Amino acid sequence: MSVIIHKDTKIIIQGFTGKMGTFHAEEMIKYGSNVVGGVTPGKGGQKHLDRPVFDTVKDAVKNTGATASILFVPPAFAADSAMEAADAGIKTCVAIVDGIPSHDMIKIKRYMRRYSRTEKMTLVGPNCAGIISPGKSMLGIMPGHIYKEGRVGIISRSGTLGYEAAQQLKNLNIGISTSVGIGGDPINGSSFRDIIEKFETDDETDVILMIGEIGGPQEVAAGEFAKENMKKPVVGYIAGLTAPKGRVMGHAGAIVSAYGESAIEKVEILKECGVTISKNPSVMGDTVKSVLEKI
Amino acid sequence: MDIHEYQAKEILASFGVTIPRGGIVYSPETAENKAREIGGSKWVVKAQIHSGARGKAGGVIVCNSPLEVAQATDKLLGKKLVTNQTGPQGKIVNRIYIEEATDIEKELYLGLVFDRSSESIMIVASTEGGMSVEEIAKEKPDSIIRSKIEVAVGIQDFQARELAFGLGIEPELVRRVSETIIGCAKAFSELDATMVEVNPLVISKQKQILALDCKMSFDNNAMFRRDKVSELRDKTQEDEKEVYASDRGLNYVSLDGNIGNIINGAGLAMASMDMIKLAGGEPANFLDVGGGATPEKIVKAFRLITMDKKVKVILVNIFAGINRCDWVAEGIVQALEKIEIKVPLVIRLAGTNVEKGNKILKESKLNYIEASTLEEAANKAVAALK
Repeated sequence: MSVIIHKDTKIIIQGFTGKMGTFHAEEMIKYGSNVVGGVTPGKGGQKHLDRPVFDTVKDAVKNTGATASILFVPPAFAADSAMEAADAGIKTCVAIVDGIPSHDMIKIKRYMRRYSRTEKMTLVGPNCAGIISPGKSMLGIMPGHIYKEGRVGIISRSGTLGYEAAQQLKNLNIGISTSVGIGGDPINGSSFRDIIEKFETDDETDVILMIGEIGGPQEVAAGEFAKENMKKPVVGYIAGLTAPKGRVMGHAGAIVSAYGESAIEKVEILKECGVTISKNPSVMGDTVKSVLEKI
Repeated sequence: MDIHEYQAKEILASFGVTIPRGGIVYSPETAENKAREIGGSKWVVKAQIHSGARGKAGGVIVCNSPLEVAQATDKLLGKKLVTNQTGPQGKIVNRIYIEEATDIEKELYLGLVFDRSSESIMIVASTEGGMSVEEIAKEKPDSIIRSKIEVAVGIQDFQARELAFGLGIEPELVRRVSETIIGCAKAFSELDATMVEVNPLVISKQKQILALDCKMSFDNNAMFRRDKVSELRDKTQEDEKEVYASDRGLNYVSLDGNIGNIINGAGLAMASMDMIKLAGGEPANFLDVGGGATPEKIVKAFRLITMDKKVKVILVNIFAGINRCDWVAEGIVQALEKIEIKVPLVIRLAGTNVEKGNKILKESKLNYIEASTLEEAANKAVAALK
């Protein structure tokens, strides 16, 4: 079974009836994701895209048995929606939205500490493309058709750079087990380490491609985890070689402010951890291919 | 978002931090009067720009009479100050802060930042105030003490006390130092700050605890609920092209090279810049038009890039997902009907309907160089420089 989501995972859309929610719900349904309904407070009882709308996530979970949700709510309300999902028993929540204040992200993560490890929701994002297990389910906003089914696990901060990797792999006839976009914010729901750990125990994944960027400690933490705990090979690429220190490069989290946060420093540390580095973003696919051939 | 020293001081004062008496002026004529109003016999005239290290750049002048204050104000106003943080172009001085001089006995360092490892607010303090925190970390690392704020409950009195005693503060002053630390922590939490720095925090000869220089930065993502803070933005302190971009919903950072680029997605933008560098070129900018790459955004992006006189080649790299390449190509063609490009243009489209997209570009009257991979795009852009 694929990591995080599988073919039958029941999905609800938070912010279902809005423009974004509607558009991406349709895309997900077309892809074959099991979208069972959605939530828009005040519109409970209505039907949207032939599926029921609920006022609260609790109602939606009770009536549909949903275990996953995806958030299309404005940044100001996103923290509230994520906590509502956690409290309603949702197991996987993807926050697509860009622009959640860092203080709010910290609040969400502290709030989720009230649940035991087994009860705790996996939050992915914010500011991310979501999750796709090709041929099974899509809980995200990516173009599903560029992802070929296969045995490479991808974790990427960036959406479009993750697409680039999927396309390169497809051109080499290599498929993907699951691709997870963890998002470009400084504080996110799931880190590289969190997802890499899931891939290590996934019997559908043989190699992991980790696409990181400048800023923050997460790429290095994942590398150190891989060195100590992983048997599966990890390929890495770090974007932002040319980024000047102290400037935010688009993603709120892409800023070099301390030692070990620049692209060159991260690459050096990852190499020491045994990660195979893709020397430039144009050869991510080729690098994965060469590693696969050695297995 | 950054704000000026005097603005940070006003905010921190409202949270119980003591600051020296002072006031802001915009002209030399009002400076003399302001000095008299503040009182005392010695003043410090401080250029207000969004940068540290102003003292070394000549932006801080000590004066012994109101007349000298006026002269110093006249000297600094309208001047471009170049510090080690502003870049060679410097930043313009439009505001002057006049402050009573302080008799300093001891200088301390106090800073608060987001710690991304522990996902909490970290307080950093040191007995070695007056130097930058990087210098302190390098030269006196043992002087640094830290404390993490549990954001769910906020700073506790004992944490502030521990820091104060850790700094070797004499017992009768510990309460005031603690109150200063707590004030900064509350300002950080309550106003969506990302950084608060008081450097130096001084103990005066009169045993007052004073925030002599202050800096604050805020989370841009939280400005929707911080009207008062967002009003403090001073666009004269930002790069003109970056202001143009941020007003139009584009993510843009001005750089020193000559290959302008227009890309969708921050990660892909950084990756494309890396490819330019590896191909032997230098990017003129970082520009992310957003994952969607809508025609409106593409028009704005071309306008922005053509404002930059350094740009000798433009590289467009769009990975179209849900938005299709044919739609993106139409956007590019429409944009270039409105905007004249005088430099070579390299376009790389990838993703959904790439063949259709390239066909639209080819059949248009557009004069451009086609590329199919990231690497080819970068190589062709660098080759087009010659």
